[in-house]
Amino acid sequence: MTSPVVTVSDRGAAKAAGTPGSPPPRLRTPRRRHSADKPRRSVWLTLLTSLVLLYSLVPLIWLAVSATKTQEGLSRSFGLWFDGDFALWENIGQTFTYDDGVFTRWLLNTLLYVGLGAGGATFLAVLGGYALAKFDFPGRRAVFAVVIGAVAVPGTALAVPTFLMFSKMGLTNTPWAVIVPSLISPFGLYLMWVFASEAIPTELMEAARIDGAGEVRTFFRVALPLLAPGIVTVLLFTMVATWNNYFLPLVMLKDPDWYPLTLGLNSWNAQAATAGGEAVFNLVVTGSLVTILPLIAAFLLLQRYWRSGLAAGSVKE
Amino acid sequence: MTTPQPSAAAAPRPAPPRARRSRRSWTGWGFLGPFVAVFALVFLAPIAYSVYLSLFRDQLIGGTTFVGLDNYAQALRDDRFWAALGRVSLFLAVQVPVMLGIALLVALALDSGRLYGRDFFRISIFLPYAVPAVVATLMWGFMYGTRFGLVGDINGAFGVSLPDPLSPDLVLASIGNIVTWEFVGYNMLIFYSALRVIPHSLYEAAQIDGAGQIRVITAIKLPAIRGALVIATIFSIIGSFQLFNEPSILQPLAPNAITTDYTPNFYTYSLSFNGQQHNYSATVAIVMGLITMVIAYVVQLRGMRKGV
Repeated sequence: MTSPVVTVSDRGAAKAAGTPGSPPPRLRTPRRRHSADKPRRSVWLTLLTSLVLLYSLVPLIWLAVSATKTQEGLSRSFGLWFDGDFALWENIGQTFTYDDGVFTRWLLNTLLYVGLGAGGATFLAVLGGYALAKFDFPGRRAVFAVVIGAVAVPGTALAVPTFLMFSKMGLTNTPWAVIVPSLISPFGLYLMWVFASEAIPTELMEAARIDGAGEVRTFFRVALPLLAPGIVTVLLFTMVATWNNYFLPLVMLKDPDWYPLTLGLNSWNAQAATAGGEAVFNLVVTGSLVTILPLIAAFLLLQRYWRSGLAAGSVKE
Repeated sequence: MTTPQPSAAAAPRPAPPRARRSRRSWTGWGFLGPFVAVFALVFLAPIAYSVYLSLFRDQLIGGTTFVGLDNYAQALRDDRFWAALGRVSLFLAVQVPVMLGIALLVALALDSGRLYGRDFFRISIFLPYAVPAVVATLMWGFMYGTRFGLVGDINGAFGVSLPDPLSPDLVLASIGNIVTWEFVGYNMLIFYSALRVIPHSLYEAAQIDGAGQIRVITAIKLPAIRGALVIATIFSIIGSFQLFNEPSILQPLAPNAITTDYTPNFYTYSLSFNGQQHNYSATVAIVMGLITMVIAYVVQLRGMRKGV
């Protein structure tokens, strides 16, 4: 990666006129804010943090570079630099067409699971969090205790009994086996609960009720707009959870036609180890890149919204 | 925006509170009901079902018989289970402090305002969280390769022979590296968000008292984000005990180093899907769930009491 774009966006009012390499000139008269708010930038702290940055980015760079290589190129060239022939477009084309375009099918499956699973999980968490934050009802404390306790139950430990239960109900090897368990996000509920208690003034709800709005209308017209940053946050985190889910579909699905991307990629990778299986490492690498791009794009595009939602969630424990 | 009309906000405060509370009391369920219904289906029912399963044994001859707590007794004597638990405990003891330590340092560096390009750091270090465990493991698995991967490249370029990251001695550390890579940024963000909401008047007061950076960190910042630290620790403990994806995906690359009982979860999975021992598998899962909950609970109690 080339040198980072230095975006000096400080929380103070004054614009810092710093150029990288030289400490920002302290010309302006310090107003109310002291140096606790405008500390001098430190080159060596930046360098030190750059080590973690490198650690985080080098594998992604490796992936992006490797996606441009042919199968032979992968093994003959240095991992972090390009091979002679640039095969990115061929690789992408092959990824989507290999094995009758099964990758496209996996992509559509993943979109289906994310749409219904993460969308549904967010909807349920928003409704539930709103109820816990803004209503007083019998059993409220008990529900909260049980749900928060459930966060500690290993989700993977639940998968096997859920599989056995679902197979009795005839749901395994159908999309429902992946979607239904994805609908519950205890962490999402918790985040929404904290967020709703802060973001919605009770007076506003009362005002709406006095105006004659019913509970449903109050929720949709008054509460929902105020909850938007929290909703984006929960949606992104449930999206990541369902998009990246591996264990649940691994347990629930046998038919490759219902695989999500994660399971499909792993099956491509494992194919090389089976007798007579064709090694398609270039497709595994390119498919991996295609798999992560939508989520990275979502995080980058929506970051101003989810950040404010997350900050509220971490205030209390 | 759909804000209510000014007239609504200005309306006189009405109605005795008691009347309103009784009306409220059941509407809350209308909103929470859907969550609780699905929750019961996908959380409570499977837990109940696995408790039920754990009390039976499926014999080759004679079918399913009630055996009481026999399965639990077997689990307590099961060397493979304890070996797996020991492995994840070692993993937990090393990987979690390293990961949370790096995450905390980066969060403090970001929050100090002393970095050039803060936003770039924050976003980039967080990005690996968006990468599925499958992709992360495949990627690192390629890079670990001593023949074709980065390790092999380095060996070839410098004429050295680095130890094989996928050898039995090192594979646990290699898995730890993958997990650290995946979650450093996530934890960093949790800490950073918590740091951002500390009132700045505290820093100004500390500055007037002559406190340096380190003192501000130990006396103000760390106590203020203790809740976030405890939550992150608990999630990391749960995550370590659940370890499954990374070892199971790496297994084809390191079949001698990673056995099918490498972690408790891997063991549960193998029992159920390769061994058809559903009842015993349910028992192991319950024992593991109980151990996880107890440890998470102890950490929470200690974390909330300590400090200040």
